[in-house]
Order: sequence, then structure tokens, then C-alpha cells
Amino acid sequence: MDINYTAILPEIMLSLVGICIMLLIPFVPRERQTHLGYLALAGIVLAFFGVAMGWGQTDLAFSEMIFQDDFGQFSKIFFLFVSTVILLISMNYLEQEKLFQGEFFVLLLFATVGMLFMATSADLIMTFLGLEVLSISTYILAGFKERERKSSEAAWKYFLLGAFSTAFLLYGIAFVYGATGSTKYLQIAEAIQASPDYSLILFVGLGLMMVGFGFKVALAPFHAWTPDVYEGAPIPITALLAVASKGAALLALVRILYQVFPDLSQQWQAILWPMAVMTMAIGNIAALTQSNIKRMLAYSSIAHAGYLLVGLTAHNPLATQGILFYLVAYAFMTLGALIVVQIVGRREEQHTTIEDYNGIGYRYPFLGIALSVFLISLAGIPATAGFMGKLFVFSAAVQSQMYGLVVIALVTSAIGLYYYLRVIVSMYMGEFKTEKIPITISMPLRIILTLLVLGTLYLGILPGSLLNLAEEAASF
Amino acid sequence: MKARPLYLLISPFAMEATLFYILATMLVVFAILTVTAANPVRSAVYLISALLGMAGLFFLLQAEFVGAVQILVYVGGIMVLFLFVIMLVSVREVETQRRANRQWKTALVLGIVLSFELVYFVVQGADVFRIDTISQDLIIESQTLNTETVGGLLYSTYLLPFEIASVLLLVAMIAAVVLTQKQL
Amino acid sequence: MVDITHYLVLSTIVFSIGVVGVLTRRNVIIILMSIELMLNSVNLNLVAFSDQLQDPSGQVFAIFVITVAAAEAAVGLGIIIALFRNKETVNVDEIDLMRG
Repeated sequence: MDINYTAILPEIMLSLVGICIMLLIPFVPRERQTHLGYLALAGIVLAFFGVAMGWGQTDLAFSEMIFQDDFGQFSKIFFLFVSTVILLISMNYLEQEKLFQGEFFVLLLFATVGMLFMATSADLIMTFLGLEVLSISTYILAGFKERERKSSEAAWKYFLLGAFSTAFLLYGIAFVYGATGSTKYLQIAEAIQASPDYSLILFVGLGLMMVGFGFKVALAPFHAWTPDVYEGAPIPITALLAVASKGAALLALVRILYQVFPDLSQQWQAILWPMAVMTMAIGNIAALTQSNIKRMLAYSSIAHAGYLLVGLTAHNPLATQGILFYLVAYAFMTLGALIVVQIVGRREEQHTTIEDYNGIGYRYPFLGIALSVFLISLAGIPATAGFMGKLFVFSAAVQSQMYGLVVIALVTSAIGLYYYLRVIVSMYMGEFKTEKIPITISMPLRIILTLLVLGTLYLGILPGSLLNLAEEAASF
Repeated sequence: MKARPLYLLISPFAMEATLFYILATMLVVFAILTVTAANPVRSAVYLISALLGMAGLFFLLQAEFVGAVQILVYVGGIMVLFLFVIMLVSVREVETQRRANRQWKTALVLGIVLSFELVYFVVQGADVFRIDTISQDLIIESQTLNTETVGGLLYSTYLLPFEIASVLLLVAMIAAVVLTQKQL
Repeated sequence: MVDITHYLVLSTIVFSIGVVGVLTRRNVIIILMSIELMLNSVNLNLVAFSDQLQDPSGQVFAIFVITVAAAEAAVGLGIIIALFRNKETVNVDEIDLMRG
């Protein structure tokens, strides 16, 4: 038993602060409960320090349960960053919607704990438990607008498909355990290497696990829940699902495929290839016809999962690096776009159709420029983070000689241009209708948006610094 | 000359096989009844029976602790929760409701195909199981009780997952509070 | 000793019954019970493998699965209650405000 607290320090910090908030809730008057968000913010800052304390160390702690490595540290910083942004926008959101419930922050912190465990886990049991901590927190967060039917429906749909996919994932893990005699990543890899005549059971296990992860990352054909849930959930939670939840499942999948099943890469590449094609095609084509911007972004997030999958299929060191870079770029632009959607949506998210964006570009130049940058980046136009991300991921696929896949990816991205630009066109060409409630942008949101815009442009023009970090992290 | 007791006539193998088939039949029958029953209360009772059958199988596999947990947690805890919610929510509606949804035929075919496929894979692949992983400490294990072994593992090798499981239960508790409290 | 294949086939059958239940039933509570059935068949697999491999960690895993099943059941039932309050229904076909 090798206890190494620095390996799980961020998780401990987050959990402790979460419990503290829980204990404080009864003593804080309801209207003031959004202030508990600052305490949660302090928790995340402490967690950042926790990551810093273990920076650069490598270890395999708690009887081979958890990795402490560069990949894990990179992922932890990424998830903590995403949680910080989501925490700040949700404080604004809760205030605006008069949802005075401190439990929101507690669930957000525990969801983060789940993500961190998924990214560093070294055992399938740990991965599964991390996934469950994340999932159960997000089921509730998706249904947080208690009085609104759409929100409880979103929670139910997300829960149902989540639980259903968990069962498949578990069935797969059970088969892998049966075929290799262990649930620990490294021991499974060893067992597979030792006996090259793999049992059929192992393949079935791997396939079922892919189904489970496919649901969580929202890959076609397991993506059907995404638009409804993204539309019904409160906007900060849509951001959480689209960026953090998807990212956590994807990074766990990267580790599992690259570290546990590298010897079976031909087999899983054969599964991933068609999934990537379907995901990109369905995401981009379905997004074309959407009139609600939340649904459009939901399909766009499916498409982006497809691009990430192209990288995952490539299976080379450049691919891991590309995936990590793309994930950060994707987080910047998706978070940014959703923040604008929240600002324009106003109270009770009444203004979420694309028509509501008519003429906003001239009336509110700041919002117009910000959303344009994010959408251009999502579309993958040069000088933005999205372009660089696609460049790295696709060139990894070219390196593995997957030309067909890259061509399909390029064609579908070209389709994607249309629906992203449509919003920009309506922002600048559409006629502005006088509004009942004017759009207000609070100071914190303005600062976050500015930073995200600058980040998107910075990564698009000077990707070197992040790329170097990703390169370090990509070596398992 | 005394008659031999009846149970000696049955070999231990036959005994285990008989028990297995009884429990397996019970499990499958009650599982089918669970998903086909019209009334959720009946369905819950069938599920309890199926879970008891499953617990019996766990005992047969010498996993006494899991079997006991199954009975205590599943049957005693989760299913009672189910029954409470059924009483709370749906009693009025059960009588009038159509049982299956629109796509039931497709789903049934899909389920049967899935079942056959998995059975095929299992039967084909079962001979390649690794039985060479029996390590030294497990030979000692066979002399200790199952509960002791599992408990020992939970607090040593699986300490971290154990802690995360407790976080998970805390989250579930918060979730239940958030979901069911009345909006003020 | 009963061959492990028997247990695996049995578990597969129960799992598939659960899948069919989730896909065909309209009552949300019965759907939830079908998911419980699926999770339980995973446990049968794990315990059977654990017996076969003479490795108790499969049983420990089964206990974690039961824990998660309990948590999921609690949350699922909570969501059902919330849904019922908003909509007064336990029928999945009526949960369709968003279509597109």
C-alpha cells in the first residue's frame, strides 16, 4: 500500500471545500447563497495549488490505482480551468434566474472531482467510479431549473441514457477482467502482450466499453440524447456537459486505448474509423437545420467530438498531442460561444433562436465581435485556435496514412462553415428588433469573454507554448 | 442395516448443477416477468425474487459476502425505495396504461439478436480464460473466510476506490435532497 | 463444478432481458428496474470470473457495482419524482417537449 497524498491533493481539496459548503448552506439566507460560489472558487484555487505541489512528479500510487504523470497534470489543469469558468458564469446565471441553491456549487465541485479521477485513474474500477461521480452530479445539475419541464426532461433523458450506457460499460469491463485477470491498466496491457492469441471475450469487452464511452462522449450512433439534454439544461451546465464531461470521457478513453490496449490498435481502429465518419457527418449535417442556437451548438459539439476521434484513431504520439491541444482550443471557443448565448438569452433563456441574434453585431459590438471570433474558430478558419487544433489532429491522421478519414473530415468541416457563418451573417445583416428586456453584460462575464477571445486568437497565432506543454503531457 | 441418507446418493457435482439450474430458471423467469408485468408493484416484487435468485447464485460461487450484500442492499434497501416511489407516484395510472412503447417489436428483435451474439461470443471465447494468474497470497486466502478476504481487500488495495465510493454516495444524497425539496 | 460458461450465458440472457425492458417499456419505474437487472447481470459475470480466476478482486468490484446501482437508483427515483411533480406522468412517451 503506497499512499501518496500529493497525487490526489486537488481532489481532496475540492471534496473538503464541497463538504464545507454543504455544512454552511443551512446558515446562509437563501438570497445570499450564490455568494457560496466564492468559497467554491477558493476551493478550485486550492486545487490548483494542489496540482502545483505535485508538478513534474511521476508515480503510480494507492496500489496501482492512480497515475501521477504529465498527462494527468495537464488534464487536471484543464478541468480546473473549465470548472473555474463554469463556476463564474453559473454564479451570474443563478443570480439572474433566482435559483438560490448553494447545492449547485457543491455538485459542480464533486463533478470536477470525478473528472480529475477519470483523467488520472490507473484501474478500470477507478475510471468507472470517477465517471459515476461525474455523471450523477451532472444528472442533477442538468435538471436544476426545478420548475421548468424542459429541464427535468433533460435530466431524465440524460440519466436514462447515462445509466443504460453505464451498464454496457460495466459489462465490457467485466469481460476484460475475465479475459485478462485484472482491472489494472498496466496489468491488463501486460496480460494482452503475454498472450497474443487474444480471446474473443476480450474483443467483446472492448467493444462494449466503446459503446459505454461512445454515449458519454456523444459519438454517433450513441449521440441521440445530446441535443435534447443540451437544450434543456441550464446554459452553464450545457457548457459543463459539452466541454468538461465530454473531455473527461475522451481523456479516459485516450488513456485506455493507448495505454491498456495498444496491442489491439488494429481492432479498435476498425471500430473507431466508421464512428468518426458518422459522428462528423451527423453532427455537421444535423446542425444545418437547427433554429435554436443551443441545439446548433449541441450538434456542433458532436461534430467536434468526431474531429477529436480522428486524432484518436490515428494512434501516434502526435495524435495525443493534437487531441490535448484541440481539447483546449475547443474549450475556449465553446465556453465563449455559450457565454454569449447566456447573455443574449437573458432571463429564463427566452432568446435562444438564431433570429434573436439579428442585428446584435452593430447594437452590441462587444458581443458581436466575441461571438464572431468563437464561431470563426469553431468553423476552423485560419488564425484561430480551432484551425490550429484541426491542423494538428488531422496531420496526426495523415502521419498514420489515414487519408480517407482526413478527406472526410475536411469535407464535413466545410459543411460546418455554413451554419457557423449563418449566425454571423444574421448578427450583421439581420434587422434589429427592439427588445423588451435590454441585454446587460456583467463585469465578470465581460472579463471572461475578453480573456477567452484573446486566448482563442493567441492559440491560433502562436500555438507553440501550449503545443510544447501538450507534447510533454503526451508521453505516458 | 441402516438406509443411507438420501443426500449421499447425489454427488456434490450433481447437487451443485441441480441448484444452479433451479436458481437460473428462477432468475430468468422472474427477470422476464419483471420486464413484462403490467403493474409496477408486481414488477418490483418479481425483481426482488430475481435478485434473490441471483444472490443464491453468488452463494453457489462461494461469494458469500457479495450474496449477503445483495440481499441486504438490493432487496432490503433499493427495492423498498422503489416500492415507496411507486406508491407515491403511479398508482392511479397503471390500470389504463398501454404496456409497451411504439417501437417494441424492433427493440425485441434487437434484444434477441444481442442476446444470441453475446451468447455466441461467450461460448466461443470461454476456453481461453486465463487461469494461470493464481498468485501466492490467494492460496493462503482459500483458508480464510470470504468476508475476511473481501474486507481486507476493500481496506488495503481498494482503499482509494472505497473512498471515492463514499464520495459517490454523498453526491447521491445531495442529489436526492436537491431533487425532492420543495421550492421555497 | 458448473462450468463458467453456464454462468456467463445466464448473465448474458439476464442482461438482454434488461436491455429489452429498457427499450420496450413505457413506465419509467419499470425502465429503471430493467437497468437494475442489467447491472446485476454484470455482477454475476464478475463473481463468476472471480471464482474462475481465484481472484477476490472481482467480488470487490461487484460490491462497488452494487454501491453505484444504489446511488443511481436513488437519483433516478428522485428525478422521477421531480418529473412527476412537473408533469404528473410516469410514461416516457409523454416526455417529449423537445423534438427536433
